[in-house]
Order: sequence, then structure tokens, then C-alpha cells
Amino acid sequence: MARRAGAPEVNAGSMADIAFLLLIFFLVTTTIETDAGLDRMLPPMEPPENMEDVVIKQKNIFQVNINKNGQLLADEELTDLKSLRAKAMAFLDNGGDGSCNYCKGKKNPESSDNPTKAIISLKNDRETKYGTYITVQNELVGAYNDLRNREAQRLYGRKFTDMEAEYLNPETAQSVKDDLKEKVKKIQDLFPQKLSEAETSTAN
Amino acid sequence: MSKFSKKKSGELPPVSTASLPDIVFMLLFFFMTVTVMKDSSLKVENVLPNANEVKKLEKKDRVIYIYVGKPTQEFQKVFGTEPKIQLNDKFANPSEVGDYILAERAKKSQELQNVLTTALKVDKNANMGLISDIKQELRKVNALKVNYTTYEGDAFRNLQ
Repeated sequence: MARRAGAPEVNAGSMADIAFLLLIFFLVTTTIETDAGLDRMLPPMEPPENMEDVVIKQKNIFQVNINKNGQLLADEELTDLKSLRAKAMAFLDNGGDGSCNYCKGKKNPESSDNPTKAIISLKNDRETKYGTYITVQNELVGAYNDLRNREAQRLYGRKFTDMEAEYLNPETAQSVKDDLKEKVKKIQDLFPQKLSEAETSTAN
Repeated sequence: MSKFSKKKSGELPPVSTASLPDIVFMLLFFFMTVTVMKDSSLKVENVLPNANEVKKLEKKDRVIYIYVGKPTQEFQKVFGTEPKIQLNDKFANPSEVGDYILAERAKKSQELQNVLTTALKVDKNANMGLISDIKQELRKVNALKVNYTTYEGDAFRNLQ
């Protein structure tokens, strides 16, 4: 007696296999993008109008030169890349004229007056390797971040980099963002990032 | 007594695999949604440098990519081994960067046009001369926000 009631069931046992096949295809083609990097602002081509020539004292400039062999001249001394961060921090944190009440530097009158006046100037050769350049950039940004972290830790009890990341994250709620915006701004004003890049030199 | 003796049957019941397809489908959908198909194939070597003070590049629709590096093996006969710029699918000179940025900017919607970032994906063995030429071009078209795209890692590994 053949049963007629109802259509015969389709065997779904191979469904898993098909799904596995697709899964493996997507697994192989997926590249979870690693897009992260160092953010920089380029200076505008034309200087804003009504800008007068500003005289900057030599002691407020921290000159970093990279030559084509990747050697580093920081403040007129040959410097190892590993000690650049400490040197840059010492320069920024100096507080030479005593007007900076949060600085913990040596208050050396020969070095920068105030973090808001301190400028780091970076100059590189046309033959400099990009990798070296990024390392130097990374160290300089790191110097700023370390100092900002220290101040954020003191004022708000958390790291500046975390605060900034949370502020920039589009998933953060608006109310939290408004709160963070002020704090981030305040810390940024304590140690403003003044990193100037001279045009590359062709001479060695 | 017979109630208890039932439990003692030595064989384990087989594990039901009925939910296996569901699990696999779940994974499948996950990977389907996160997959991004590459829109342009790389014609240059592109080993990015490492850095650890990085910021994430959010929102892909606000980014314009510029690739720089040595042409790959198959293009070296024609284009040589000097680092080149790749815009979309073709090699370009530094002077073409400005036009490319303007063209890409025009493609984006009005409200995004002022918040665009230029991501420079540069091979770590490229030299800075080319990069500063690009930077000059970017300044000319007022695309001032740049991101030097890097891998996350120890920056000192770049030197080796």
C-alpha cells in the first residue's frame, strides 16, 4: 500500500554541506580591513589673510631633521630614534617661563617657554624612507599623547586616547559625546599639537 | 525496578545534528555582511609601515585612497622599479593627483564634500620625495585632511 497523503519529504541533510561551501567561500574572500593610521592636517596653501609674520623664538622650536640614511638630528644633536620621544616630551613639558602650572619639566630657560608656544618642526630629505618618516611621526604623536594622557589621568582619571576614541566613535550616544567634547578640547588646549613640516630638501 | 534499569542502557543517544545548518547559516550571514569586495586591484607593492599611535578610519564613504609603491613584478618591465602612484586602477604622475581628488570629491554627495579624508597607503620602502609631491598637490586642491594608513604594531620594526 503506497501512501498517497502528502508530498514526500525533501531530504534536507545536504543543506549543511551547501551552507558550509558558501561559508568557506566567504571566509576566504573576507579581508577585515585594517584601516587605521596617523591623522595629519596639511597646512593650507595660502596663508590666511591678515596674518602677520610671527616671530618665534628659537628656543621654542624643536627641530627634527631626518637625512637620507634615516639618521636623526633633534635639536642639533644626533639622536637615536628610540630616545626621540623622551626628548620631545622633555621639550614640550619644559615650561621655561614658569607660566605653565601643570608642567613637570625641568624649567630650563634654554628650552621651550610653555607647551602652547612649543613647536616641533620636522624636516626630511627626498631620499628618506617612508617607513622612517612614519616612525618619527609616530614618536612625535606619541610624545603628545603621553603628555595628554598624563593630564587627562590627573583631571578626569582616564586616558586621553580612550576619551578621544570614544568621542570619535559614531556609536557613542550624543549626550556622552557632548560631555566628552569639552574634556577632549580642554586637554588638547593644554598641549596643542603644533607640528610643522618644512618642505623637503634635495641637498644632503 | 524496571524504571531504573532503563537508565543503565550502555549506549549514548546520538547527538542531534538538526541544528547544524542553522549554526552554519548564522556564520554564513555574518561573513556575508562583513565581506567587502575589493574594488580595485593593487598594481603596486603595498607593505604598509607599522605605527602604534593610530586612529581608526571610520566611515569608508568619506575616504579617498591613494596607493604608492613599487610596481609589482608583472608591471616592472613596463613601468620600472621606481615607486609609482596608483589612482583607482592605473598608474599616475604626481601632477594628476589633484585632478583625481577633485573628480572623486565631485562624486560624493554635497554634505560629505567638506569632510573627506585622503588615505595615503604608501609602501614603507617608498621615498619621501614622491610623498611630498603628493602632499603639495593635495594642498593645491585644499584636501588637507590626510591619514597615513599603517598597520598597528611596533613602529621600530619599520627600520629593519
